[in-house]
Amino acid sequence: MKRRDFLKNTALASGAFLLPSFLKPFEAVASDELTGYKNLVVVQLSGGNDGLNTIVPFGNDIYYQKRPTIGIKQADVIKLNDMQGLNPNLAALKDLYDQGWMSIVNSVGYPNPDRSHFRSMDIWQTGSDANQFLTTGWIGRYLDSNCSTCKDPYTAVEVDDTLSLAMKGAKMKGIAVEDPARLYRSTREPFFKQLVHEHNEAHLNEDNLGYLYKTMIETYSSADYIQQTSKTYNTTALYPQTQFANQLKTVAKFINSGLKTRVYYVSLSGFDTHTTQQNQQGRQLKIYADAVAAFIKDLKQTGKLNDTLVMTFSEFGRRVEQNASNGTDHGTANNVMLFGGKLQKAGIYNNAPNLSQLDNGDLKYEVDFRNVYATVLDKWLEVDNAQVLNKNFTRLNFI
Amino acid sequence: MIDVKNIRHLYSRAGFGLRFDQLNETANLTIKQAVNKLLLQAEISEPADIIAGNISYKDFLQANEGTKKMFLQEQRQQEKALNIDWINKMSTTKAVLREKMTLFWHNHFACRTQNAWYAQQLNNIQREHAIGNFRTLLIEVAKSPAMLQFLNNQQNQKNHPNENFARELMELFTIGRGNYTEQDVKESARAFTGWGFNKDGKFVNRLNLHDTGSKTFLGKSGNFTGEDVIDMLLAKKETAHFICNKLYRNFVNETPDPAHVDAMANTFFNSNYEIKPLLLFLFNADWFYAEKNMANLIKSPVDFIVGLNRQFYITYQNPDVVLQFERALGQVLFYPPNVAGWPGGRNWIDSSSLMYRIKIPSTVLNGGVIDFSGKVDPEDEAFIASSHKQQQAVVTKVQAGADWDKVLSSIKHLTKNALAQTLLAPALNNNLTAIVNTTADTKTLLVELVSTPEYQLC
Repeated sequence: MKRRDFLKNTALASGAFLLPSFLKPFEAVASDELTGYKNLVVVQLSGGNDGLNTIVPFGNDIYYQKRPTIGIKQADVIKLNDMQGLNPNLAALKDLYDQGWMSIVNSVGYPNPDRSHFRSMDIWQTGSDANQFLTTGWIGRYLDSNCSTCKDPYTAVEVDDTLSLAMKGAKMKGIAVEDPARLYRSTREPFFKQLVHEHNEAHLNEDNLGYLYKTMIETYSSADYIQQTSKTYNTTALYPQTQFANQLKTVAKFINSGLKTRVYYVSLSGFDTHTTQQNQQGRQLKIYADAVAAFIKDLKQTGKLNDTLVMTFSEFGRRVEQNASNGTDHGTANNVMLFGGKLQKAGIYNNAPNLSQLDNGDLKYEVDFRNVYATVLDKWLEVDNAQVLNKNFTRLNFI
Repeated sequence: MIDVKNIRHLYSRAGFGLRFDQLNETANLTIKQAVNKLLLQAEISEPADIIAGNISYKDFLQANEGTKKMFLQEQRQQEKALNIDWINKMSTTKAVLREKMTLFWHNHFACRTQNAWYAQQLNNIQREHAIGNFRTLLIEVAKSPAMLQFLNNQQNQKNHPNENFARELMELFTIGRGNYTEQDVKESARAFTGWGFNKDGKFVNRLNLHDTGSKTFLGKSGNFTGEDVIDMLLAKKETAHFICNKLYRNFVNETPDPAHVDAMANTFFNSNYEIKPLLLFLFNADWFYAEKNMANLIKSPVDFIVGLNRQFYITYQNPDVVLQFERALGQVLFYPPNVAGWPGGRNWIDSSSLMYRIKIPSTVLNGGVIDFSGKVDPEDEAFIASSHKQQQAVVTKVQAGADWDKVLSSIKHLTKNALAQTLLAPALNNNLTAIVNTTADTKTLLVELVSTPEYQLC
């Protein structure tokens, strides 16, 4: 048996965590296994981002009629075709668009939309129907689906201090890591170390106590793996000085260091713009676009862009008509933005939202968000989407 | 005299954990006496009265920018105050069983409202009837503005029925799935048409919006009202069974034993849904103290936080810390994830929440700093969007303290093993036994014991 195979079989397959550090097993296994290892990066915009002022339908008069003061002026829009263009604060994305690294799916939503932040976020994160309450997230169920590389918590990493519902499966859960060094330190406090090292095997089989110990040991082991692996890589690319950019920089570091993670999850909040929307949303969009552009260019440099797909969503879009406070209220369908080096159909994927046929003033959805998930699951993460989404959803052609 | 194991078990399920001084108080009691004592203490009901009155939404909608902002801030302040007030109540009350049951009903009748006045009102309904009659509780809940608003019965009127409340009433509050049809949902929704509330937050039966036609519900026809529908649901034993099953999963074992649940359901049904006899039956049952029903439940975050507060008499100079704990651990009071409530069990635990949990005791008991930011609450999004604040404060000084004098004086006569047995439900493994034997300093030992995976169970 080759040394590498030996390590693979013992260390990874058994989930053992107490490996002598001189073996440095993970980097050794990683390098050639990782070619073509595809990552999904999910970006959540929290608060309900206004898609109409993000990808602006400047070619449609109704847009300006409904939004006399908060509509983005034609002259300011960065035009993508003769109907839609980018909010000027998304200027950094134009280059990505021109390179064929960006795709926009319009009018994504679901039947009987819920305008509550928390409920709609639940629906997006669990992939449920509007009247269905699921306690597991769609990425969590992907981990549960016995995918060949899904046995470790670090298969899905959320760059944050807490884990989103999206990342929680029934059997498996992802891991939240805002800062690998900090997570590592916190697991290495002497008392915890003692608890982890001295547990007896019989303990692990006990029902909930076993579950707690297993979770603790997995966290301990994953913290070590993530810290040891990621510290081998130093990011040289420049990122903006924002917390969100830092999170994407952490994701890039993880990807570039060869961490065997399939799904990354990051969030940016501050999109609930009921008042004076233009400034507020503009500020957040700029944070978003500048960070994403830096991230995509970093991955291009390191040769990982072809292995990466970024998907951005928000829990709902906003009403078509502006409100009396120069803001917008909670709405329904929205656009989903995708980035990557291997897009099948770059550019604008489908028709601009129909502003003349509204449902009580709200956009009607044309693409179920689970069609987007199904596409990502089937074509990118290579797992049967019906296993994860509980029904079969047709796939789209953006990848 | 009760075994320490049994009394700890009773107090961790019927309350929020056993305090060292309660070992003395209960030393000479039988189980029956201890249960009676808990019920007697639960007679006291201390309603929340932290929110003085309603804020008018009408005024808010017409207000200018500045006023709106102030309104939103006021609203957030009220929500926080209500939350912290309840945590304090649970942490200090003698009526632990009442508060524990209030928490159970809080999750059973899960409801979210941005109006703290309504939230307080509903909380007090659940507290007042926590160990009273389930029918009364259910009807009061159904008539509360918080629930009428949350499940859209305010919009339920003849010609335009809204089925949201009727559906959840059956699926989650009473009889459970499989015992009614879609047609039953539609017909019963008609019975609740007109139930709403006025601007003072009072229930009104708006007769002009009520559908007076004949309805067919659960096989019977008549000109049913909302109360009729509720009574017809209670007349089905499935409802008693459904509630008892849930109680069993929360108080005994996540895998219900059908014979035990049946016995509970009989008691509940035969006493016309009186809750007290049911609790007496449950906590006096032999099987409640069976080995397999001990040390097998994962504490909810609130159970965990409140239990620690009670056992160490913790006070927080900065009560926001408690909210941060709730948020990080995934259970913010008054903010259930949806109408189905918190799923509980293993859902409470993931890599980060477990690490966070086992660090809280040492941080709180040693007055440390928590290095943690966490996610924004969705309801804070509008405030954040308008306040130029990109992220909430990152590092929070805990500024909390235990009353160590009180703790240490109440354990003087106890051996180290007895300390461990009082705090931890599961049997000690070799490692923990070694820790108990080798840790010389009592204070250190206590902190270590509550920083274990074992302490997460009850």
